Amino acid sequence: MNAITMTVTVNGEPRELTVPTHETLIECLRERLGLLGAKKSCDVQVCGACTVLLDDRPVSACTVLAFEARGKTVRTIEGLACGDELHPIQAAFVEHGALQCGFCTPGMIMATVALLGENPSPSVDEVKHYMRGNVCRCTGYKRILDAILDASRRMAAAPAPA
Amino acid sequence: MIIGTAAERLDAREKVTGAARYVSDLVVPEMLHAKVWRAPVPHARLLGVDGSRAARSPGVVAVCTATDLPVKRLHYGPAFKDQPILAHEIIRYAGEPVVAVVADTERHAAAALALIDVSYRELPAVTSAAEALAQGAPVLHPALDRSGHFRDLSGLRPVAGTNVCQHYHYDRGDVARAFAEADLTVEDVYHYPALSHHALEAHCAVARVDGDGLTVWTGTQHPFPVRKELAEVFDLPLAAVQVIVPLIGGAFGGKCYTKIEPLAAALAARVRRSALTITRHAVTVRLRTAVRSDGTLLARECDVVLDTGAYADIGPRVATKAGYRAPGPYRIPCLSIDARCVYTNNVPAGAYRGYGVPQVTWASESQMDQIAERLGLDPLAFREKNLLKRGEEYVAGDTPMDGDMADALAQTGAAIDWGRARERGRGVGLACAMKDGGGTHTVSTAAVRVNADGSVTLLTGSVEMGQGSRTALAQIAAETLGVPLSAIVVESPDTSITPYDHGTSASRSTTVMGLAVEAAARDARGQLLELAAKFFGTEPEKLAIHDGVVACGERTMTVGDVVSGHFGLVGGEVTGLGTFVPGTWSGSLGGATLFWEVGMGAAEVQVDADTGEISVEKYVSVADVGQAINARECAAQDEGAAMQAIGPALFESRVSEAGHLVNPGLIDYRVPTFADLPRELETVLIENRDGPGPFGSKGVGEGGTFCPAPAIANAVARATGVRIKDLPMTPERVWRALRDARGTRRG
Repeated sequence: MNAITMTVTVNGEPRELTVPTHETLIECLRERLGLLGAKKSCDVQVCGACTVLLDDRPVSACTVLAFEARGKTVRTIEGLACGDELHPIQAAFVEHGALQCGFCTPGMIMATVALLGENPSPSVDEVKHYMRGNVCRCTGYKRILDAILDASRRMAAAPAPA
Repeated sequence: MIIGTAAERLDAREKVTGAARYVSDLVVPEMLHAKVWRAPVPHARLLGVDGSRAARSPGVVAVCTATDLPVKRLHYGPAFKDQPILAHEIIRYAGEPVVAVVADTERHAAAALALIDVSYRELPAVTSAAEALAQGAPVLHPALDRSGHFRDLSGLRPVAGTNVCQHYHYDRGDVARAFAEADLTVEDVYHYPALSHHALEAHCAVARVDGDGLTVWTGTQHPFPVRKELAEVFDLPLAAVQVIVPLIGGAFGGKCYTKIEPLAAALAARVRRSALTITRHAVTVRLRTAVRSDGTLLARECDVVLDTGAYADIGPRVATKAGYRAPGPYRIPCLSIDARCVYTNNVPAGAYRGYGVPQVTWASESQMDQIAERLGLDPLAFREKNLLKRGEEYVAGDTPMDGDMADALAQTGAAIDWGRARERGRGVGLACAMKDGGGTHTVSTAAVRVNADGSVTLLTGSVEMGQGSRTALAQIAAETLGVPLSAIVVESPDTSITPYDHGTSASRSTTVMGLAVEAAARDARGQLLELAAKFFGTEPEKLAIHDGVVACGERTMTVGDVVSGHFGLVGGEVTGLGTFVPGTWSGSLGGATLFWEVGMGAAEVQVDADTGEISVEKYVSVADVGQAINARECAAQDEGAAMQAIGPALFESRVSEAGHLVNPGLIDYRVPTFADLPRELETVLIENRDGPGPFGSKGVGEGGTFCPAPAIANAVARATGVRIKDLPMTPERVWRALRDARGTRRG
């Protein structure tokens, strides 16, 4: 079995890992590192439940190989809150009731981090377009839309540390 | 006041931080993984399985066929025991589990599947309900064994020698005479497609067998019925089977009753990422309505046929309920209803949010607008004239209408600005529906444990699948006990610890479990007041509990001090118990309806005449919730339900060709995304405090799925003059209908 040894920064912490070449990033995060926040759902890069940030860009961890993260930074839902203090996006999701079963929520929030990183004050149509790769079966999206727009306003008022 | 507020969900923080744990996050020591080899054809006789190469594959522990499973009964099912844990002798649908591979890792199990060699001889497949009903069709289940698990299913009427596993019939009045004397008769056939639930968390179960019996962790909506089924499969006492349900990543009916638990238990290993095994029933409804020229409904004939696939699952009950609800929420003197649940070689269909109502409402509410148009009546006024009034009976012997539907309809019309004229290509449409809510004759039990520090443990069998039941039940307990919401911790269902509950379905938890929780909290409160009265030297009636503090005039004690003071130590607890058992056993369904779940909706659409594309500019969903326990979560439930039902209205459906499912996964099966969110999505909650649940509440959660399809179709008809009777209303279908209509006009 071919394996690769690499350095990757996960949620701010440098890690040295040896991973089989066929291991996916979602397997690496969930089974190797115990980071269970990102969810495996469709497993074919359609639903967005496994969305994490690779060098600040959103990727579906189910269809990215773990070794593709070598030398890069990976950010997951576990790396977002600062202790007990929620990230403004997380706080907006809670306040707007933008979650129900919660299975899409980690991916949805990480996609929002990427969206607001690229475009700090998106329009309604821009949010709808950017987020169309993250499926939610429970909420009907409206409250997620409201939460994202609200988070954008909050972050503009008080920029959070990146 | 804790009731009626938009209290923060108890599970919100864990869900936004990634700390929430589901079955698929669970790791049990020495856990193995299983994968199933699925049938490649819809109907075949199994000749043999060669698993020897797979058994030698790396990491493989076992390769099992039906005859290898250590079970007392191979077949299970909530209505009939017709479904084998693994296919035995006959394959009845393409995708049916035939062989299971158990290995040390998921990868090893999956790799071994390719090495399994199965020989079979194909049989003629029955690929639609029409084929299944035809003369000479192969009979897929010649003998049926009733499960006997549910009281309302004791009266099932399968038709011997056919593929009909349930035929529900109801009639009243002189239907023939009503049609003969009617000013107008309208008859049409409507079709609603099969759907997939596609909850984001796939079916997943983990099982462990040890000296004490069997433990299964599973994302089921019915922990206690699953326990009963497993006890029968393994011939174990109920107490030796423990079913534990953590948070569920969405369900929508797809995780009702027993699914993959017997296989997981039989393999005593982990089964994960099993492909979807059930669907919403494809339904064809023939509907004929007799009406007077003034708009008075006289009679309706409904013929409902459901394709339940290879195994009945809960299809017979869906058929009964679809039939019962098919006439719509109106005063109709004469009725004749037939609903048949039919076996085919398609993927089994089961419960899906709304339980037959979205399908029959598609037919009945489309036809209501067609009748209004023929009579030159306003669709809203026509409905208003015929809607059941508060206190009127829908069916003799069942609970009379418990809400004000005329008011709900008026609010629906107001929210969509019904009377305003729209420009060309735009139209508004509405629909209204109801279902008997809460389930037929169901029981719930709850326990409230008040700890010595004033914190409270709430034990219920209600499953948190996203609907917010933990929060609503905690609010009911907190309000009733007189403690802050933050004092309550709600435990996950565990059949060995939490008291009995029928299941989490039929919009029943807030009402039925809510009443049990309220009773348990009252019981605990009564005990606390008795104990406190001794400390204050007074009568319990003179005391009040508020915000965790017992007050006797100016003197106060915390709830925790009452408990620990009574026991004379820092421990001890007061335990309250509550049970809800429905009182009346009347009604044609085998039990009285607990409450009527009323759902209405209105849509404003823009139709592109060149492409046939429908754009939903605004959708309004109206829910009669009696009293919202949590206002935000009630509205959120209704919005989510409406958005889910906009899928099959516009683009969503399962497509099968010759018994093969063409679009099993999310790549081909289109569900609503952010891009499909209407420009405006609004929810109106009706709160008249007239429900039977705690504080006047009624169940919510399914009602939003009833009306989107007919409301949108009615809006399209008013915008374009074209009537669509088959779902989904894809651009192609609308464009063809527009083209045909132009051709007719020219011709």
